[in-house]
Amino acid sequence: MHVTLRRVRFTAAVTAAATPRPRQVSDEPTRIDRIFGFVTTGAGMTVFVLLGLVGLFLLLRSREAFDVAGWSFFTRVEWRSDTSPPEIGVLGLLTGTVIVAAIAVVVAVPLGTCTALFITDYASARVRGPLTGLVDLLAAIPSLLYGIWGFFVFGAQVVPLSKFLTRHLGWIPIFATEEEAVFTGSMFIAGLVVSLMVLPIIAAVSREVFSQTPQGEKEAALALGGTRWGMIRQVVLPYGKGGIIGGSMLGLGRALGETIAVYMLLPQVPKLTIRILENGGATISGFIARRAGNDQEIPGLMAAGLVLFLLTLATNMLASVIISRSRSGAGIDA
Amino acid sequence: MVATTAPPAPGSTRTPPPRPPRERRRPSELTPEDRWTAAGCAVSALSLTWLVFARLTDGVGWFGFVVVAYVAFLILFALVTTDRLGRLAGIDRVATVAVSTATIVLFVPLLWLVGYVVKRGLPALRPSFFTEDLAGIGGDALATDGGGKHAIIGTLEQVGLALVFTVPLAVSCAVFLNESRSRFRRPVRIVVDAMSGLPSVVAGLFVFAVFIIPFADRAPVFGWHVFGYNGFMASLALSMIMIPTVTRTVDVVLRLVPDGLREAGLALGASRARVVWSVVLPTARSGVTTAVVLGIARAVGETAPLLFTSFGYDLVNRNPFDGPQDSLPLFVWKNVQKPSHASIDRGFTGALVLMIVVLTLFVIARVVGRDRSRARHRGLRARVATLVPSRREARP
Repeated sequence: MHVTLRRVRFTAAVTAAATPRPRQVSDEPTRIDRIFGFVTTGAGMTVFVLLGLVGLFLLLRSREAFDVAGWSFFTRVEWRSDTSPPEIGVLGLLTGTVIVAAIAVVVAVPLGTCTALFITDYASARVRGPLTGLVDLLAAIPSLLYGIWGFFVFGAQVVPLSKFLTRHLGWIPIFATEEEAVFTGSMFIAGLVVSLMVLPIIAAVSREVFSQTPQGEKEAALALGGTRWGMIRQVVLPYGKGGIIGGSMLGLGRALGETIAVYMLLPQVPKLTIRILENGGATISGFIARRAGNDQEIPGLMAAGLVLFLLTLATNMLASVIISRSRSGAGIDA
Repeated sequence: MVATTAPPAPGSTRTPPPRPPRERRRPSELTPEDRWTAAGCAVSALSLTWLVFARLTDGVGWFGFVVVAYVAFLILFALVTTDRLGRLAGIDRVATVAVSTATIVLFVPLLWLVGYVVKRGLPALRPSFFTEDLAGIGGDALATDGGGKHAIIGTLEQVGLALVFTVPLAVSCAVFLNESRSRFRRPVRIVVDAMSGLPSVVAGLFVFAVFIIPFADRAPVFGWHVFGYNGFMASLALSMIMIPTVTRTVDVVLRLVPDGLREAGLALGASRARVVWSVVLPTARSGVTTAVVLGIARAVGETAPLLFTSFGYDLVNRNPFDGPQDSLPLFVWKNVQKPSHASIDRGFTGALVLMIVVLTLFVIARVVGRDRSRARHRGLRARVATLVPSRREARP
């Protein structure tokens, strides 16, 4: 540390020693400081502007689509661009996006919370580091690899489970399927794969929050004779509630925007359905990827992209607010 | 305690009755009996599930089998421990088992995925993968024919260019968040957070909307189609994805720099800029490196934004400013979707290379970013330990 400090030049001290005269002390920022402030503020503002530009340009480019489709863009399920005028609507995509993301979050939240609890309260200090690294590794693997894994292996392994569910629990609407349905390429499989991708963020946020639980409160719970689970239920979980909720919403935001894996796992045909076990379904992001390169569809895709952008933005902002407002989350980066 | 320390009451010759030896109870203890119980429950859950699915119904596949067996195990284990140790301890044990196994469950898919990509990708991996492109590779070519040289060149150029845009911007933005006293810090931090959740396909659409559509019919500059499908556009989209990742990581690292260092620098008469440049950033050097490497790892595997920007190409295109360019994710994405088996295998070879690149970057980030302060303290403590005996001797 002192090595770094030595690099600071203190010319002022040297000259002062030569002529012991009181020198003018001023609070004015020097020119270099002003440039520095300008540059860093500029960088901060750039990020600000960039996000605004994303929304603005998506809106500009999608105007054509909104002009043609009007409000029916939000109520129409099908997406037919070959008719004149094109009949495009985002409703079928939107429901698919939300269903896949919901499945992912429902699977990932308990697993992620348990992982976080294990890391903070069960694992010994020696395995804590490697475990955290492994969870981060899960986040580092590209979405594309999850996609091809889900497409080539994992999907086929889930099919028997889907069949079993529909045969015995088919009376529940979401598990119902048609006769002789195809079970690959279902929203259930896509949701499971996406859940793996959102797990790390949920685990990371919950872990941060759990690890900030006041040690005194935990020890007090144990000293009163509580079991470890009792301590977790009465102290850690209430303390980290904001983090769990916020982390889940962040995961939801990621799941909504997940593109390539969902593109590979779903047929991307817009349809209004809640039958998650059979082949079918589309998400906004996957659909946009599927139609990339079709020049005449661009306005419609931009409009769909705008809807997705606003949806994820709202989810993420809400998550950040929840985390930072909670007792435990102050000072944590979501 | 009180009984032993208090003086005996006068006149009383009674000794306190001997207490029954209290059994010491450790709530988190794991006895051999617990292990045997767990093992027994596992065996019985497995047999029960097998009985139900193999004998009584027509099967759920092994994935479903494992899920059902796991749930059966938890229920059985809960029943047995509650009976053995009482409700309180029983719930505690079940929670312990559930929490630990959930963590193990997490790593099964990870190993499965890595193992599968290695298994499918390794057989066709030849040195020629790094020296050949897909020129003249038809549907009937072998998986070992051709290679991904063009994709590797594209990835290097695109990520390199993206770094040129990202690093200065992201580091200055993080400095802004930490070192300035602007009232815009809070909104900027929220925006950076929101941007990190930006769907990658939207980043691609954005670059497409801003640069590629309006300049589609423009004449080439110096013979280059700078605003068309090319690697440069891809790098812009990738930097949109990297900026929030790098900014947030650097932000966290800068926050760890002790304020004392900053104050010392300022007290010595250095300007704020000087303090950041000569004190704060060098102190956080390893953290900044980690942030950059993590940003690279994130960007290297992104596919979705490239569909709208670099578009993909089968031959070597060394010029990122002109014409479509391939990259590793696009190479994998295109090849695994082709009908021929050889193409799919070639795609998996690309996936293996991509995975190795990402994992290597990840390990580098972990090693560079490792908390060195602890190691330094250990050295310090060792030195202090050598001093301790002499100090004790000096005492009277």
